[in-house]
Amino acid sequence: MIRFIKGLFTLRRGPWELVATLLIGCGVFMLMQPFVLWAYTYSFIVTLTGTVMFIIVSHFPEQE
Amino acid sequence: MSEKTIDRLASATPVRVARKVKGLSDRAIAWIFVGPTIFLLLAINIFPLLWTINLSFTNFKANRLNREVKYIGLRNYERILGDADVWLSMQATAHFLFWTLFFQVLIGFTLAWLINKKFRGNDLWTTIIVLPMMLSPAVVGNFWTFLYQPQIGLFNYIMTFFTGADPSSFDMLGSVDLAPWAIVIVDTWMWTPFVMLICLAGLRSIPDYIYEAAEIDRASKLRQFFTITVPMVLPFLMLAILFRGIENFKMFDLVVQLTGGGPGSITEMASINLKREAFEKWRTGYSSAFAIILFVTVFGLASVYVKALNKVKER
Repeated sequence: MIRFIKGLFTLRRGPWELVATLLIGCGVFMLMQPFVLWAYTYSFIVTLTGTVMFIIVSHFPEQE
Repeated sequence: MSEKTIDRLASATPVRVARKVKGLSDRAIAWIFVGPTIFLLLAINIFPLLWTINLSFTNFKANRLNREVKYIGLRNYERILGDADVWLSMQATAHFLFWTLFFQVLIGFTLAWLINKKFRGNDLWTTIIVLPMMLSPAVVGNFWTFLYQPQIGLFNYIMTFFTGADPSSFDMLGSVDLAPWAIVIVDTWMWTPFVMLICLAGLRSIPDYIYEAAEIDRASKLRQFFTITVPMVLPFLMLAILFRGIENFKMFDLVVQLTGGGPGSITEMASINLKREAFEKWRTGYSSAFAIILFVTVFGLASVYVKALNKVKER
């Protein structure tokens, strides 16, 4: 966990990619879930944030 | 290329062309070769994408070209993301996507595993199984419509044989409960062979000596399956899921042919809804925003998936 947080602060690829992946996964689930409309409403912004973040953080250096 | 051939080509090159090429660097020549492809890519893929993004912020209607086009900011996105009908179409897409992938992977892998066993008529069975994939979706949609007919359809009679229910008591394409499953069955029937072929390639790429070593170590068949077969086929399986997932997310032809989105709008998937908005209601700006939402979703999922696939391959 400490390694993960350290990776976030030092802008390492691994932890940031995990955050972006979680955002994308969450956004897609929100888009397709049949439970609450508000989750659907905010799904696109979550997915978009995750996708843009994923493209950017893919260029970060690897964690040692 | 032999020296003679090179000399022959050099002598055949017109002097004017030879003089022009002579002064070019390797980099420039590379650009000359790659240039047309990049131009085509920009013209066919990138420009329409940028144009769609631009249109998604307008109230443009393709059937009213004389009307003034106004920029309305994010209003199209707001409407789509607050529309309960679009939400329902997303749920229909999710249902179709999940169950088709589930059945195709399960049946496809099982078939590949069985076909991989050496038995008589192996090639013939492979050909027979692969046949549905070679048919056009329009043809498949048409003949499954006949198979699903409550009065004369073969499917209902087969179901009667197993369940004992009257064949005309249920209509696969006309029932709200059954129609989503009807399209899942047809897509699974059509595209399971594709998953099977990819899995078969994976299974055949596993060298026999690994199994022989496992036999020597007295590993059981079950253990061999989970520690050798599954991990080594996994990259192939993931590739098949990626291809089928993207295809099924934008599934259109088969469903239109089978149900047309009905009964009601229970099988109206995102792509069908998008087509209605774009070419029946002519809300081009709105449908462009809808297309961008779908694009970002597929792009995001595919990026993560390709990353995971590479990690599995490295292992």
